[in-house]
Amino acid sequence: MSLFIAPVKISNATRERTMYWNQEIETIDRTGLLKIQLERLKKALEAGAATPFYKKAFAEHGIDPAKITTLDHLKDIPFTTKNDLRVSYPDGMIAVPKRSIVRMHASSGTTGKPTVIFYTMKDVDEWANQVARGMVATGTTPDDVFQNMMGYGLFTGGLGLHYGAEKLGCLVIPMSTGNTLKQIQFIQDFGSTVIHITPSYALHLVEEIRAHGVNPPDLGVKKAYLGAEPYSEGTRDKIQEQFGVNAYNSYGMSEMNGPGVAFECVHKNGMHLWEDYYFAEIIDPDTGENLPDGDEGELVLTHLNREAMPVFRYRTRDLTRFIPEPCPCGRTHRRIGRIKGRTDDMMIVSGVNVFPSQIETVLMNIPEVGNNYQIVLERENNLDRMHIRVELYSKMFHGDIRQLERLKKKMGEALRAIITINPKIELLEPGSLPPSQGKAKRVFDNRSL
Amino acid sequence: MPHQVSVFAENRPGKIERITGVLLKKVIDIRAITISDSGDYGIVKLLVDRPQEAVDALKEDGIAATLRDIVAIRVKDKPGGLYEVASILTKNDVNVEDAYGFIIERKKDAIFVFQVQDVRRTEKLLSEAGFTILSDSELYLL
Repeated sequence: MSLFIAPVKISNATRERTMYWNQEIETIDRTGLLKIQLERLKKALEAGAATPFYKKAFAEHGIDPAKITTLDHLKDIPFTTKNDLRVSYPDGMIAVPKRSIVRMHASSGTTGKPTVIFYTMKDVDEWANQVARGMVATGTTPDDVFQNMMGYGLFTGGLGLHYGAEKLGCLVIPMSTGNTLKQIQFIQDFGSTVIHITPSYALHLVEEIRAHGVNPPDLGVKKAYLGAEPYSEGTRDKIQEQFGVNAYNSYGMSEMNGPGVAFECVHKNGMHLWEDYYFAEIIDPDTGENLPDGDEGELVLTHLNREAMPVFRYRTRDLTRFIPEPCPCGRTHRRIGRIKGRTDDMMIVSGVNVFPSQIETVLMNIPEVGNNYQIVLERENNLDRMHIRVELYSKMFHGDIRQLERLKKKMGEALRAIITINPKIELLEPGSLPPSQGKAKRVFDNRSL
Repeated sequence: MPHQVSVFAENRPGKIERITGVLLKKVIDIRAITISDSGDYGIVKLLVDRPQEAVDALKEDGIAATLRDIVAIRVKDKPGGLYEVASILTKNDVNVEDAYGFIIERKKDAIFVFQVQDVRRTEKLLSEAGFTILSDSELYLL
């Protein structure tokens, strides 16, 4: 486990230009940060040990929280999985008296039954603090009007940024998802400058704005926070270019509060993971061993400062890496790279491991590709077939059937070079795939075994 | 130089209806239509009286459409009428990428419309050989 990085040398000039929400903790030196982490970890383990789930888990693994004296000891604690949260339903992981719990959220259930997480008032406040930090890191100020197009309710995406933006002092418009016409009208009428949106809905919104005869950049939206579904750098570029905004990646999941775990700063080069709130490890998903900084693996997170429901060594299933190099913004909290995919969204096609993100990266680097695509898996004569259905970008259509044949060939070759299998490509008219207003469903596995 | 409207269309029922519906709303007159098909999708080519307006209307409706330069010439509607044109093109090594024709007046005039790499050179070759090259407005006033 590599815990130290080289001291950051940031000139005072840089520091002054960069805005912080809480400069002292955001730019704390590594030694100071590790000290805070250890103090908080000890307290969290003590609190966690009182819950039915961890009482049992610690006993089975012979863990005595009082004997954890260094951060390295954390390796002895067993991993917690999504399934552990499910079997602890409804209250097997609660570490405080029920009367001090003020909120619950549940995961979106993308991959199965939902998992529930609880918050005390302090947890909600600290969560908002993490989000506010991230928003300030991208240059958002109390002068901004924040239109939240993420779902409210049990999903953490909506309320998480809502509380963060309010704490920061923005005017918050709690639109939630969908209702595209009203979204556009409110951007115009209230001068929204910052939006929070899923990447797939952002692309749909841009098309709707154009269909109303408005050039999207003319709306004056300056920033977009993207999250809740995997997407590639090419998709971000597309949103930035078509919408005329700066798009920032944010990271989080309901099991760890929600959005706000990690956030990009203005440099857009990886997301700062707030290490005073979370102890982060990158492990080899097969062996569970810690990997050195820079290596790609599964992100494992431990709550350091959570009252209602502390979770230790949570296997996020998200694949990423640490970017240990210092960031020019002066923040010392390490960054994680763009989420490459999830250990559980890996497809096995003809015996080859393929991540949807690999396909998206290839597609979005081809200018003729439009805003939407689907991956369809089928089995023909006992062989796996991958069909990729791609919308054409209307601006890149030149009315030449050979151009389209060449394009299909180019896509096929580019994909084969990355995923080693040869998909069948179908070109579709722009806008012919169903628009997505929440999490986009892009993979359709129709193989029956 | 005449223009043709080229539209990308998936090979499914209702596509021609959608395209022609957009043109109807703008009261755009279609002179000729042809479809080249490549299995899953095809390109619908239209000669219309107001090509730029047609493309704008189609795009506004979310349809991938574009304007292409074409060569349109008047030929005699009699046996050998098209042969004369083809000979000149062959002699000058001009490859016809895509073509269609229609008759204006039986036994008198027909129009031959085609796509080539170098539209200007082809127009020059044919007009030097005595053929009538049609301009945008001439083509639509037929």
